[in-house]
Amino acid sequence: MNVVLITIITLSALGATAAVILYFVAQKFKVYEDPRIDQVEEILPAANCGGCGFPGCRAFAEALVKADDLSGYNCPVGGADVMSKAGKILGKEVTPAAPMVAVVRCNGTCENRPKQNNYDGAKSCSIASALYGGETGCTFGCLGLGDCVEACQFNAMYMDEKTGLPVIIEDNCVACGACVTACPKNIIELRNKGPKSRRIFVSCVNKDKGAPAKKACSVACIGCGKCVKVCPFEAITLENNLAYIDFNKCKLCRKCVTECPTNAIHELNFPPKKEKTAIETAEEN
Amino acid sequence: MNKLTVSPSPHVHSGDSVKKNMYGVLIALLPALFTSLYYFGIGALIVTITSIVSCVLFEYLIQKYLLKKDPSVTDGSAILTGLLLAFNLPSNAPIAIIIIGALVAMGIGKMAFGGLGNNPFNPALVGRVFLLISFPVQMTSWPTPIASRLAYTDAVTGATPLGVIKEGLAKGDIMSDLLTKIPSFSDMFYGNMGGSAGEIAAIALLIGFIYLLMKRIITWHIPVSVIGTIFIFTGILHLANPNIYISPVFHILTGGVMLGAIFMATDYVTSPMSRKGMIVFGVGIGVITVAIRVFGAYPEGLSFAILIMNGFVPLIDKYIKPKRFGELIKPAKA
Amino acid sequence: MLKTFSLGGIHPDENKLSADAPIEVLPVPETVAIPISQHIGAPAEPIVKKGDRVKVGQLIAKPSGFVSSYIHSSVSGTVDKIDELIDVSGYKRKAIIIKTEDDEWEETIDRSPDLITEIPATPEEIIKMIQEAGIVGLGGATFPAHIKLSPPPGKNCDILIINGVECEPYLTSDHRVMLEKGNEIMVGVQILMKALKVNNAIIGIENNKPDAIKHMITLASKYSGIVIEPLKVQYPQGGEKQLIDACIKRQVPSGKLPIEVGAVVQNVGTALAVYEAVQKKKPLIERVVTVTGKSVKKPCNLMVRLGTPVSALIEAAGGIPEDTEKIIGGGPMMGKALSTPDIPITKGSSGILLMPKKIATRKPVQNCIRCSKCVSVCPMGLSPYLLMTLAEKAIWDRAEDEAIMDCIECGSCSYTCPSSRPLLDYIRLGKSKVGQIMRSRTK
Repeated sequence: MNVVLITIITLSALGATAAVILYFVAQKFKVYEDPRIDQVEEILPAANCGGCGFPGCRAFAEALVKADDLSGYNCPVGGADVMSKAGKILGKEVTPAAPMVAVVRCNGTCENRPKQNNYDGAKSCSIASALYGGETGCTFGCLGLGDCVEACQFNAMYMDEKTGLPVIIEDNCVACGACVTACPKNIIELRNKGPKSRRIFVSCVNKDKGAPAKKACSVACIGCGKCVKVCPFEAITLENNLAYIDFNKCKLCRKCVTECPTNAIHELNFPPKKEKTAIETAEEN
Repeated sequence: MNKLTVSPSPHVHSGDSVKKNMYGVLIALLPALFTSLYYFGIGALIVTITSIVSCVLFEYLIQKYLLKKDPSVTDGSAILTGLLLAFNLPSNAPIAIIIIGALVAMGIGKMAFGGLGNNPFNPALVGRVFLLISFPVQMTSWPTPIASRLAYTDAVTGATPLGVIKEGLAKGDIMSDLLTKIPSFSDMFYGNMGGSAGEIAAIALLIGFIYLLMKRIITWHIPVSVIGTIFIFTGILHLANPNIYISPVFHILTGGVMLGAIFMATDYVTSPMSRKGMIVFGVGIGVITVAIRVFGAYPEGLSFAILIMNGFVPLIDKYIKPKRFGELIKPAKA
Repeated sequence: MLKTFSLGGIHPDENKLSADAPIEVLPVPETVAIPISQHIGAPAEPIVKKGDRVKVGQLIAKPSGFVSSYIHSSVSGTVDKIDELIDVSGYKRKAIIIKTEDDEWEETIDRSPDLITEIPATPEEIIKMIQEAGIVGLGGATFPAHIKLSPPPGKNCDILIINGVECEPYLTSDHRVMLEKGNEIMVGVQILMKALKVNNAIIGIENNKPDAIKHMITLASKYSGIVIEPLKVQYPQGGEKQLIDACIKRQVPSGKLPIEVGAVVQNVGTALAVYEAVQKKKPLIERVVTVTGKSVKKPCNLMVRLGTPVSALIEAAGGIPEDTEKIIGGGPMMGKALSTPDIPITKGSSGILLMPKKIATRKPVQNCIRCSKCVSVCPMGLSPYLLMTLAEKAIWDRAEDEAIMDCIECGSCSYTCPSSRPLLDYIRLGKSKVGQIMRSRTK
């Protein structure tokens, strides 16, 4: 019995002493941190994807607390919802950024863009692109080795076996931009998600002149400029034989889509043309 | 003309493959297999076959049904593990024990870490040590060698020379008396002594070593540093007090030092990458082996020593790097 | 014991199929496409336009930066167009396309075969002539030669090393040049020695070319200060740092240039080009190219005008074999696989190698078994297995600590790997990423 008592007393005394020491040490080495950092971090999605431009959610939270003005800061994963919550905590104004989504600007499927040679190196786009222009006649297009899929943390991409091109699952894409950085050919772009996810974009990055571009790929942008002329909103520019649609100016009228002779301009999530009116009214209801 | 293939340089390959290396080691182990068959007869054959078959089978089953990968049993690494495990067992080991050993070797020693190339510990030794701890009786009763024998289990069993010495010294016997109870050095060299199936004949293992060196499958660094360290360490002890410490020649000829140093410690996956690291690794194995043998409870300690040093390999690789170009010769003053 | 470099190295099958084929002159092709970047550094700037008449040896593009080069027309005729086409880099780049008419040379060029041993030019004049002749390292690195010949202030050069090693399997162009143009090389070496103001030169030749060694030793006895050093056959002895180590036992420190140890290395082909530029006023417009391969009917060494399409060379070697899977510009260890045979020959093309399917395709990649063979063959003393993992996992700071930038991309690791792992592929990727990071840091 005595032994048990002594043991209990000794251990309790040890524990108490340690607690006191710890308390003073903690006081001495205390680092003051704005408690709001923790609060903001709490509401962030904790994906640590780096899509905001900061190394992880904690760093973003610190930046938000420090910032005088929250415009220019955006958490692409959480979107307007999270940003407005953060704004509420910090008592700062938030202008919600338009939701973005990644877009693959290449439609060089096996049929559109026939293979001319076989690549036999390590399965990585960055290695292949350092070596040469790629398996097809187009030296700008997708290499199809899946660096972007590898980079995606949100299960929002997969390689389509049939076309050899990456596909973006819109519902999962948070526009963190990891695939954009991973792609050595700069094919993937973050674009405005658009109303009802409707988007129009040039699905080609080939800067060759018309003839070689068309020869390499049947759906290449040949830089003819017809879209530029037909666009009523001056949203389309032509540079280095390549058309580009500014998504901030585009009003989704789709004139360019019909005008493009090579079908290089794509529309996404628009209802089929014939039943346009019926479905649109249905959706609006 | 076909479509051209494009790939980064180099465009030629030496033709070396995992398979070639594994089968090379297997060939190098053949002389030792023959001596074990000669001395332990059918028992050695049964142990060897059981061990190899169960290792290959376990690897196949685990890869196919647990990991759902394409089985790679043809690369020879499972056969090698099986053979090495058999070489580390007494030739009268019960079949059930062998199968358990194989399962531990492949399942825990290798596949649990992701298969060939990822295992930190030598799988055959993991299996062996597991058995040694779990079934100490069965694992330490060795049949005495009889040239061209046929029987499996009914053989006379006895301790290994190392065991004889260890027990004797513990009982307080005098070294000179004990020496008469063990085989002569030349018998040990040719394999005429009790022990695990493959560890007995130094000569057969040395032939394998020469073959491995010639085929450039391994380098000399690990075997020489292991054997050298054991020799020097026990030599010093022997010189200090020959009545307690037996001759270094005895130490390197017994207890599977040859087998361990040449075939187990040199396992690619679980040994260091740089030459300097290999020597550190070898010296470490030697020191630990002698420490266990001379001061520890077990008569032999090589298996433990190798496993312990396996654990140090990542550390060795981190701190001991190969010599870089430009570090060797200082630029001359022009 | 013959000398060789101190660390690592491999000995692939030599396959010098065309060693006994004398250099033949390939007829001037109908059109040539002369890329404006045939060298390391900034591309040259074209100074001709469509429709211009040019003569052989006429300047058609001038350098656009410090590390850049002059480019001359290799044929006479009319400039057809300046277009973009795929060159050896695998990408479309600008090239001057010239339609051949006649073979009219610039009058200043001395086309007589007489050997001129007198060197009247001063060192400064020599360097200027070499620069204006557009000479770059012809061993394959294509670094502008005049820059190497002008050591930066404070650095002193005391020895010239000439690379006659040709350690790449299959290739024999340097071998044939040494046998057939030995005298010109000797004078070229003398010119280089004068330009560098050094009294000693070593010509390193691997021991698998005994005829060339014998021939060069006989010739060298007539010139002062030139020593022939037979070397043990070991790849990559042709690497600058390895060659210096092998010849004079000095090691260039990590991240430094050979001048740090007082040496300058030039290729034998470059020495020949230097001779022609300085003594004959002939710019770099042609070079010797080996066309070879196991299935090639007539492996040969051809004197080719720059800008000739690779297909014309293959035609001269008996046509493209049925089983060809890969066309390589250069040797099998460091050469670049070409995506089409229409690529033009440039200053850096030392060979065209046609490989049949059997040896050209890679084997499936297996797990690393940590056999440490890549470590033991690495001539720079690196740990390729580790560098590959670091590059795969994008751990660039550690890759830098492990001296990834020291890698000379010789390919010995990938060659040796029993698991057929693409070690060099990833190390090359790592080098470019780490290089970018290091450059951004100094900014």
